[in-house]
Amino acid sequence: MKLVRAWITPLIALVIAFGIGAILMITQGSDPLRAYESLFTTAFSTQEGLAKTFGKATPLAISGLAVVIGLRAGLFNIGAQGQLISGALAAAWAGYAITGLPMIAHVPLCLIIGAIFGSLVGYIAGALKAYRGIHEVITTIMLNSIVLQFAEYLSNGPLKEEGSIIAKTPPIADSAKIGSIAGLPIGFLLSGLLAVGVWWIFKKTTTGFRFETVGKNKNAAWYAGIAVKRNTVFAMVACGALAGFGGAVETLGVVGKFEPAFNQGLGFDGITIALLARANPLAVIPGAILFGGMRGAGPTMQFTAGVSPEIIDLILAIVLFFVTAPIISRIFRLKSDSNAQVTSGWGSN
Amino acid sequence: MLRLQAVGAVINMMTTALRSRKSLYFYIVVIAIAFAYSVNSVSTVAVAASSITFGLPLAMAAMVGIMCERTGVVNIGIEGTLLTSAFFGFFVAALSQNLIWGLLAAIASGAVTGLLLALLTVSWKMDQIIAGTIVNILATGLTSFFYKQGYSLPAIFPRWSIPGLSDIPFLGRVFFQSGPITYFGLILIFVLYVAMYHTAWGLRTRAIGEYPSSAETSGISVKKFKYINVVIAGAFGGLTGAYLTLELVGSFDRGFSAGKGFTALAIMIFGRWNPIGALLAAIFFGFAQALANQLMIDGLVAIPGPFINMLPYVLTIVVLAFSAGKVRGPAAAGQPYEREQA
Repeated sequence: MKLVRAWITPLIALVIAFGIGAILMITQGSDPLRAYESLFTTAFSTQEGLAKTFGKATPLAISGLAVVIGLRAGLFNIGAQGQLISGALAAAWAGYAITGLPMIAHVPLCLIIGAIFGSLVGYIAGALKAYRGIHEVITTIMLNSIVLQFAEYLSNGPLKEEGSIIAKTPPIADSAKIGSIAGLPIGFLLSGLLAVGVWWIFKKTTTGFRFETVGKNKNAAWYAGIAVKRNTVFAMVACGALAGFGGAVETLGVVGKFEPAFNQGLGFDGITIALLARANPLAVIPGAILFGGMRGAGPTMQFTAGVSPEIIDLILAIVLFFVTAPIISRIFRLKSDSNAQVTSGWGSN
Repeated sequence: MLRLQAVGAVINMMTTALRSRKSLYFYIVVIAIAFAYSVNSVSTVAVAASSITFGLPLAMAAMVGIMCERTGVVNIGIEGTLLTSAFFGFFVAALSQNLIWGLLAAIASGAVTGLLLALLTVSWKMDQIIAGTIVNILATGLTSFFYKQGYSLPAIFPRWSIPGLSDIPFLGRVFFQSGPITYFGLILIFVLYVAMYHTAWGLRTRAIGEYPSSAETSGISVKKFKYINVVIAGAFGGLTGAYLTLELVGSFDRGFSAGKGFTALAIMIFGRWNPIGALLAAIFFGFAQALANQLMIDGLVAIPGPFINMLPYVLTIVVLAFSAGKVRGPAAAGQPYEREQA
């Protein structure tokens, strides 16, 4: 019963969102059935479409996990986007600048460098939160913009591919590329492992327990002898490392270089996925597959049904609205899920 | 005799200045501007005028935050309000070919975003940060889906030179040759300041932000007050969106508000939740941006474009790192208000 209750709100939210999306398509003179049919058959039934779906789902799953860790530790990490870009760029640099390594060493090295650079961005936000009391929502949003601008500077300046017209780095070496096993991208398998890992950390380890205690009640955590500030910083570092790792996987597995135009919006979908999954790391994976499918097949839907792919932004926004606002539990008289405060106010730290 | 009085007045002024930090800062700024003006009057006027142009939308957006937080509602959704109102302002003005309709549509749509935030946070008692994020993401989804290329405004709001005042050197160009929303916005900021500290409404608003149950005990309807203030704040945010699209830029694009709603929150904190403080903080932000631009134009420094674009965001973090901890916001901001059961 508990399991049913956890799934029913997100499912109703999805149905409502697709319904509203259909009405909007009709008002624009398109056929919603055809659009949705094209969307889902492209995303989930062809070999090529599935590969694309899982490819798109990978960074979404990992950035979703990065947001989940934050939510569990009482931090609302809007900065997965910036952390991801930082990791993606660092991994691209390590992928093309370092040569002559065997694949077995080069790939992990790039992934670790990506995670380190992602965690650096997370560290800034975490330290400012813990030691200066600045709310993480503001710092992470500002860092998103700063990192993006910095990445544009680097990929259009010191790290630019010679002779290129647009801002991008040189392609990464073959030894840094990650491929697929039996049609499943290795990156996606990694994201599944990470989800289990995050679940295990919160279920079985004292680190996870400390994060959750700090997230639920700082005073109680302090009274129990948990170093609240250090754990806040550590949680943001973990968020950043995960998101940076996600960016690195995207670079090594899909993009093959760094280009500022790519990677847009991945971190924000991560927020929606994390809230849709109600901060449960294992539920992030199906959410990411659904979102990845819709993102991957959006352009096809535009081609076959003439619906602009921005409808997916809108549908996802409506999903988020219905999942987080306590409307569904009111209308359907479900036992109300506790809508406790997951985030903290400005002053408290 | 008269001369002696004048000398006495000057000495008096200087000692007061030294005693009060605020007036000391004021004189430092005046002297700095006078010095810069004597060295290069053209660039100084340009920087000062741009400081107001860049700073005003931030100041107005910060007022949205101040009004909400003073009644205990944290508003992360200012960005969404700006985006939504700029969208409706631009497209209504472009379709009707009438700027006034655009202005009204912007204000109304801003108020609707305020109403949504009030519904989520006051009636449904949702986590306020997540509620604001929902406003932002919904605004992004709506405006990017309904966005259409190829529309343009009939014009933008023209500048009004105020007769007499606009001829004053420096001040005339900086303050008295602006568009109508600029004048209106500046006046509203002062009105908000007076209302916040010198009227019953302001006292009640601040009481709710600090100690809602005590305010309720003294007969104030906390819920009604929160609704009214958050909706008015949304309308003010709508005016800001109208300023951006109908007076400043004259166009609209996806992601048009570019983080101004979040910078505004930093300005609110930097200005200590005080309208005049926030106005000065916003002008400081505007000044930093204007100075960097002018240095580029004059060819004095070669800063790569991305670093110029980064400036407001870096400044936001630096300013918060130094001012946070020292300032304290309304005590009840961020907490849902639950009436105690008898």
